[in-house]
Amino acid sequence: MISLLQEAAHTAAEHTESVASSVAHGETETATGLPQLDLTSFGNQIFWLVVAMVVLYWIVAKVALPRIGAVLSDRQGAITGDLMAAEEFKLKAREAEAAYDKALADARAEAGKIVAANRAEIQKELDAAIAHADAEIAARATESERRIREIRDSADNDAREVARDVTAELVRAFGGVVDQAAVDQAVDSRMKGTLQ
Amino acid sequence: MATEAHGEATGLSFHPMDQFIVRPLFSDGPVHWYTPTNVTLWLFAIVLATLALLVLGTRGRAIVPNRSQSMAEMSYGMIHKMVGDIAGKDGLKYFPYIMTLFMFVLFANFLGLLPMAFTVTSHIAVTGFLALAVFLTVTVIGFVKNGAHFLDLFWVRSAPLAIRPVLAVIEVISYFVRPLSLSIRLAGNMIAGHAVIKVFAGFAALILINPGLGALVTPVSILAVVGMYAFEILVAFIQAYVFTILTCVYLKDALHPSH
Repeated sequence: MISLLQEAAHTAAEHTESVASSVAHGETETATGLPQLDLTSFGNQIFWLVVAMVVLYWIVAKVALPRIGAVLSDRQGAITGDLMAAEEFKLKAREAEAAYDKALADARAEAGKIVAANRAEIQKELDAAIAHADAEIAARATESERRIREIRDSADNDAREVARDVTAELVRAFGGVVDQAAVDQAVDSRMKGTLQ
Repeated sequence: MATEAHGEATGLSFHPMDQFIVRPLFSDGPVHWYTPTNVTLWLFAIVLATLALLVLGTRGRAIVPNRSQSMAEMSYGMIHKMVGDIAGKDGLKYFPYIMTLFMFVLFANFLGLLPMAFTVTSHIAVTGFLALAVFLTVTVIGFVKNGAHFLDLFWVRSAPLAIRPVLAVIEVISYFVRPLSLSIRLAGNMIAGHAVIKVFAGFAALILINPGLGALVTPVSILAVVGMYAFEILVAFIQAYVFTILTCVYLKDALHPSH
């Protein structure tokens, strides 16, 4: 490998000379072999590479990576914090929901109680009113029955009176002697069937 | 070269390797070790690109990131996870080094895809230096953390005793081939892709010289350039990823040498 590189260096060195002469003649510089094997440029490349790598390392290691690392850990922290806050809010929301449900159930129970109480009161009033109305209706019905009976009784009496008088008059008209007691009895017996 | 001979015959010029020449930036003189060259320029372009993505992109430090901050965080997350998953928790100490390596190779590969750009990772000098640095660092870490137990890496206890010496030889060879394969894989991928694009681009000029043949060849070669370019974007990322993940694997071997 090393002998190969040396050989390449020789040809490269010759090449550089020929290039220099061709440049002097005003021609453009061209590569005949691999410029990578031109050992004369190695020192230059490695020197500048080391300089550039030192600068690059400083930029990357001292400026860029700490900054990006800090940003990433900040973000991780922010995300963790936000997640914890979200968890807390979730718990709070759950508590609030439970409280709401409880309040709703309480209100419902209270409403039920009030409704039941109102219903009982109304029922009581209603019962009282119905009882009162029943009593009044019964009183009026009794009164009406009594009056109906009176009217019926008086109608019976009137009819009997009329029948007795008519019968007595009829007997008298036929020339009979009116026996008031017998007439009454006959009328009553006849009327038993028709009048109640 | 054969292609050049062919090129001269048809009037086309193929210079697929010219893009890899190291040139001084401000003069035509020789390249001394300190001379600012196109390598210097593009090395610092990589530094600036990394600065733009990782530092300027995150200047908002926002809890809800914007696009550039998302990309910076994504690269951070990807490499951080890679180091943690492969090298383990104790490997995270080396995360800044591996992140530096990844950003360097990634931007070197991507910036090299810009037209007229110079791809620093196409040079064995660069990839070889990086690979050797990784190899030496990891070996030193291995011995410092585990002492002589680091040699357990080569002594496969799960294998039958008889074949352990053979395995040890193989393991040692594969261990020392690591920097070579690491650097050649990266540089080779970059060289090949860029050179192929250049060759296709050379063919695309045929329509200027031979309109009849060029009418057929030029669209095909332009399509090929586009296709290769898309493929090279993929390769640029994959090679940066592979370089980094192999570094993590080597680090894991150094931290936990037992099989």
